[in-house]
Amino acid sequence: MSWLLALPFLIPILTALAAFPARARKLLCGFISVFGCALLLTTTIVILVLVETGGTRAAQMGDWAAPFGITLVADRLSAIMLVISGIVGFCVSLFSLSDIRKYRVKLGFHSFFQLLLAGVCGSFITGDLFNLYVWFEVMLIASFALLVLGGDRIQLDGGIKYVALNLVSTLLMLTSIGMTYGLTGTLNMAQLHISLAAVDNPTAVSALAVLFICAFGIKAAIFPLFFWLPASYHTPPVTVTAVFAGLLTKVGVYTLIRTFTLIFPSELQFPHTILLGTALLTMLTGVLGAAAHYEFRKILAFHIISQIGFLVLGLALNSPLALAGAVFYMIHNIVAKTNLFLISGTAKRLTGSFELSEIGGLYRASPLLSFFFFIAAFSLAGFPPLSGFWAKLLLVKASLDQAAYFVVAVALITGILTLFSMSKIWAEAFLKDHPKDYCQSLQDIPRYERYERLLPVAFLALITLVLGLIPGPLIDYSLAAAGELLKPGEYIEAVLGLDIQYVGNR
Amino acid sequence: MEGPLALVVGILIATGVYLMLARNLLHYLFGLILISNAANLAIFVAGRVTRAAPPLIPQGMEVAPEPIANPLPQALILTAIVIGFGLLAFALALITQAYKVLGTLDVDTMRIAEPVPPKREQSS
Repeated sequence: MSWLLALPFLIPILTALAAFPARARKLLCGFISVFGCALLLTTTIVILVLVETGGTRAAQMGDWAAPFGITLVADRLSAIMLVISGIVGFCVSLFSLSDIRKYRVKLGFHSFFQLLLAGVCGSFITGDLFNLYVWFEVMLIASFALLVLGGDRIQLDGGIKYVALNLVSTLLMLTSIGMTYGLTGTLNMAQLHISLAAVDNPTAVSALAVLFICAFGIKAAIFPLFFWLPASYHTPPVTVTAVFAGLLTKVGVYTLIRTFTLIFPSELQFPHTILLGTALLTMLTGVLGAAAHYEFRKILAFHIISQIGFLVLGLALNSPLALAGAVFYMIHNIVAKTNLFLISGTAKRLTGSFELSEIGGLYRASPLLSFFFFIAAFSLAGFPPLSGFWAKLLLVKASLDQAAYFVVAVALITGILTLFSMSKIWAEAFLKDHPKDYCQSLQDIPRYERYERLLPVAFLALITLVLGLIPGPLIDYSLAAAGELLKPGEYIEAVLGLDIQYVGNR
Repeated sequence: MEGPLALVVGILIATGVYLMLARNLLHYLFGLILISNAANLAIFVAGRVTRAAPPLIPQGMEVAPEPIANPLPQALILTAIVIGFGLLAFALALITQAYKVLGTLDVDTMRIAEPVPPKREQSS
């Protein structure tokens, strides 16, 4: 069992090692990467099934008993996040076969990509705060390398800003981990739940909470801390942006959720108040930024920020329904967002640019791609019966239950503005004629490339459709996951073997 | 001993933040290095400082006699130093490359990824 929980990061690391010597042969290297991702996806599904049937699982690395060694824990939230990382990894690696040029593969693209996945999966499965820091760094250094790989001028320019601001987040995280250790003498998350509640120093605990919000807030790109994201996400090849958009900021949100449900006592109300304010501002600023831009990827990048607002909102409202909404929203958003970026890459391949004013005619040239875009974009805007509708519905219902009408208003305005910028892309890139009449159709590109570009997109669109038409199972699962988050008794029992009588505040 | 060390951490962070406010990218990096050291020192102090008591278990005993120095923060810092070294080395290499390619270290002039939007033509 303990080996199984280590596999989600061991497989990508081994794949990275296998892909590195083969990097001179583009095709072989690509197949190693895709195969590794397929293996990862299978493993994560096995973990999900085990967790769903047998409850939260924990594994002690090197057999060092719980608060002393490194613990890996898979509960419902971790398991579903692992599966979705596996899906994104698989789709993006397939897409990369034709999107990533030979010289970037030669520089080690696939190895860095796999290391990024290892960092993401490691962050999702670890139950130890310092180990979380280590996985963050694995993820960070791999993302630095992916962002500037190839060394175009624009990549270096975006990369500098990304690196500069993310290093600040790293240092804040390290400092807050040091402070946590100083207060409690442990860094095991389950033990922290018990130890931190016993700390009789409200000032220090509050300061710590704020430090954690800042550290993970930069990662998650919440309101005043998101400036690195729109500065850099449109600069690398679209494959890289797709995996960044799908997973990186969500790891930040995941850690925020863990920190403020598991580590900090739930009686501590003020972090949720801070998060509520930032969540609303994040939603609005993100979507307004998207409305102002006319570049395909910049619009999508600003939408990432706006969607992060919804996720943080779920945490801030701090009710079972709201957290379930956040989990559902996260799954829906990762799928839809990754898909939109992949579609934008193919749109550029067909029309020659990302600038909306310079492209057009996609609807006539390739109706199939338009169909996939339509599903992903309108799901993001929250149209029934697509997955985004249910995600928004859960969050709006949770806000109404708490009589937070202001929140509902902001959420609905954000939804309308999202629809506005999505229809902007639709009108400009798909409906209007290409200004230079250059638009190729899917039939014009080589057959293998067509499959490599369309299969991942079709698969992700299918997930969006299925989640939209049959949302029941995932909603039930999200509710169960939210229940675990708010009453972490099972998590603590799995890690420490203690059967503490958990008395929640609700 | 914790008091003076905490003061050192504060001074390092203040200096680091001051350097990071500069427009020059290299100053920013130096500030980052200082704060990275401050963070490591903070973890060290957080483990409480014990003088001249190495965490060694004498032969024939199961547990070391109290008081001993806390070895865990030192292990954490060692990891953090290695990681920090890697990140900062990467940042330095990136800045060098950016200087070669972009020809400047002044962050205010780095506007390739986010160009200043063109001014609208006045209709008059």
